[in-house]
Amino acid sequence: MSDKRASSATRVSLPIADRREFLSRGTRVAGAIALGTLGGFLAGRYGNAGETRWQIDPDKCVGCSHCSTYCVLDESAVKCVQCFDMCGYCDICTGYLDTNYDDVSTAAENQLCPTAAVVREFIEDKAGQRFYQYTIDEDACIGCGKCVKGCALMNGSLYLQVMHDRCVNCNECAIARVCPTQAYTRVPSDKPYLIKEQAQALYESKIGDASGVDDDPVEKLMRMVTMR
Amino acid sequence: MNALHSFSGRCPSQRTRLVRCGGWLRWGVVALLLVMPSFASGELIPTPDFSSHQIPTTEVPAGGGVGWEFLDVALLVLALSLASYFALVTRSRRHLFALSFASLVWFGFVRQGCVCSIGATQNVALALFDAGYVIPVSVVAFFLLPLLFTLFFGRTFCAAVCPLGAIQEFVSIKNVQVPRWVDHSLGLMTWIYLGAAVIFSATGTAFLICRYDPFVGFFRLGGNANMMIAGGMLLLIGVFVGRPYCRFLCPYGAVLSVFSRFSWFHVRIPATQCISCGLCTEACPYGAIESPVARATPGEASRGRARLGWILLATPLIIVAFTGMGALMRVPLSRMDPDVQLAEQLRKESMGLAVTTTDASEAFRNARRDERALYESVITKQDRFRWLGVMLGAWIGVVISFKLVSLGIRRPHADYRADTKNCVSCGRCFWYCPVTEGGTSNPASGSIPKEPSQLVQIT
Repeated sequence: MSDKRASSATRVSLPIADRREFLSRGTRVAGAIALGTLGGFLAGRYGNAGETRWQIDPDKCVGCSHCSTYCVLDESAVKCVQCFDMCGYCDICTGYLDTNYDDVSTAAENQLCPTAAVVREFIEDKAGQRFYQYTIDEDACIGCGKCVKGCALMNGSLYLQVMHDRCVNCNECAIARVCPTQAYTRVPSDKPYLIKEQAQALYESKIGDASGVDDDPVEKLMRMVTMR
Repeated sequence: MNALHSFSGRCPSQRTRLVRCGGWLRWGVVALLLVMPSFASGELIPTPDFSSHQIPTTEVPAGGGVGWEFLDVALLVLALSLASYFALVTRSRRHLFALSFASLVWFGFVRQGCVCSIGATQNVALALFDAGYVIPVSVVAFFLLPLLFTLFFGRTFCAAVCPLGAIQEFVSIKNVQVPRWVDHSLGLMTWIYLGAAVIFSATGTAFLICRYDPFVGFFRLGGNANMMIAGGMLLLIGVFVGRPYCRFLCPYGAVLSVFSRFSWFHVRIPATQCISCGLCTEACPYGAIESPVARATPGEASRGRARLGWILLATPLIIVAFTGMGALMRVPLSRMDPDVQLAEQLRKESMGLAVTTTDASEAFRNARRDERALYESVITKQDRFRWLGVMLGAWIGVVISFKLVSLGIRRPHADYRADTKNCVSCGRCFWYCPVTEGGTSNPASGSIPKEPSQLVQIT
């Protein structure tokens, strides 16, 4: 009691300091509780489904070439993919040959692909028709989508996909932002690829044939693809 | 035959003409016989049945595991603990500096600025409002852990963990004190930016913080040219005005400042008793030192009360005014949405106002999508943006009123002390403070210069 009377300054300031301390301690506890609640809520949200990754819906993609330039990586994470079961194995491939081609050959000036990433390989001669297989050299592909646009004139078996060994899964995908058809969607990260709906029908009929085989490539692909 | 003649005009030599015209002819045949029917019916040119060749199946690479993310979270916890230890226990500016360099290298250049706590704010906002969005656990950790540490130890995250803070810390060489009123008013932008970022991310329109991240281009050694220029300008300003992004823009810093305000522990400038020399105010490049404030005289107190009364009266008016302004922001805000942009472009094209078509409008027309349905969805979207504008306006009003009220309240104290809201615990002031651990000033010691000008500023 004698301490309190000692000076008027301490008598006034002590209760204020106590009140301040009480308020700030209360706010601190409230803040901790709020953080805990938020964390719990978000963790609950996480429990409902898995994480997601970016992917191109090939049915919406128009091959505008933004994928090759807008990706934050120096070399885009987007690459072309060949769906062999949709391919016509054409001799005159609109995805392989430039519209002004001089000759049906592998000469660079005849190729649509700027990096010669579409590899043409003779398969068979049937009834005077020559069939070729077109494979994508993934290391050379820059994801410009020129072949995709060309192939869309025919079967559309070539399509673009975000390759998940390369994609850094940006919060706001820089390509998704500029995609003219909003073809970029988030897909579950355990099945981070998409195929065309036509391809899906083809594979679904095919998957029954070789069921039971462990390393069936179709089943292997289907494990990676989110079905629509 | 006519077709052949018309083409032959383009062919430079006889030999190539035949070949090229052959090519054109084949194109024509292909187009006529194959494309049209296959397009019309949706049927494909059949894949041939080969006698010996096995048709391969597409192979796609597996995604990367979550290992990186767990490593990142572990390193975040480690860095936060070390930063808090260096700032509060060892009080070592040198260690904090080394740690911020390590953070800049790892979270900045190695992990390329992603995931970062500042951007994680948007994911949390989206996760709160959109039940369909799944937020990765690592992102939740990046959002919550710095807040938790701040609640205990102050903004040690800003001091030595955040790569954006670190890159600015290194360039802050020449300390120019910004007038207090500039500091206070520009500081409001962090809150406004936070409000805008939350509103746009919660509606899934845009991730503003990522889009306008000024330093991510440096971390990735290349990026959007405009943002690189903006980042360069910020670094240039940062040479003189410390940490311009942290103080005037960083939305996460706004949240951290509240938590830091009520933190359990916080860095003290003198190790023991302040001798009120004021050297620390000149040392701090971030304007985060509070000079002593004397107790108000009766006259000052009554004037202060009157001023606070006026501010409190004006508060509702300010909020209403900004809410009204926000309501007018419907159109410009909604232009952030790609559907709205597309609808506007289509409208312009059909009215003949647009000079060129865009990729989006071309794709829309080629796909023969329903224009009316798009317009209807855009009108609903714009309605939603009206309310978002109102909310953003009200938020800005609240932020400004809060600032005015807090400026109107006098908080008397005797010592020079860190402004716990804005102090980033960088530890620069430790070097300038003449008070040593022993509790007495030690002017005789040659290791501690008396004048700030004698000090090397960075380390």
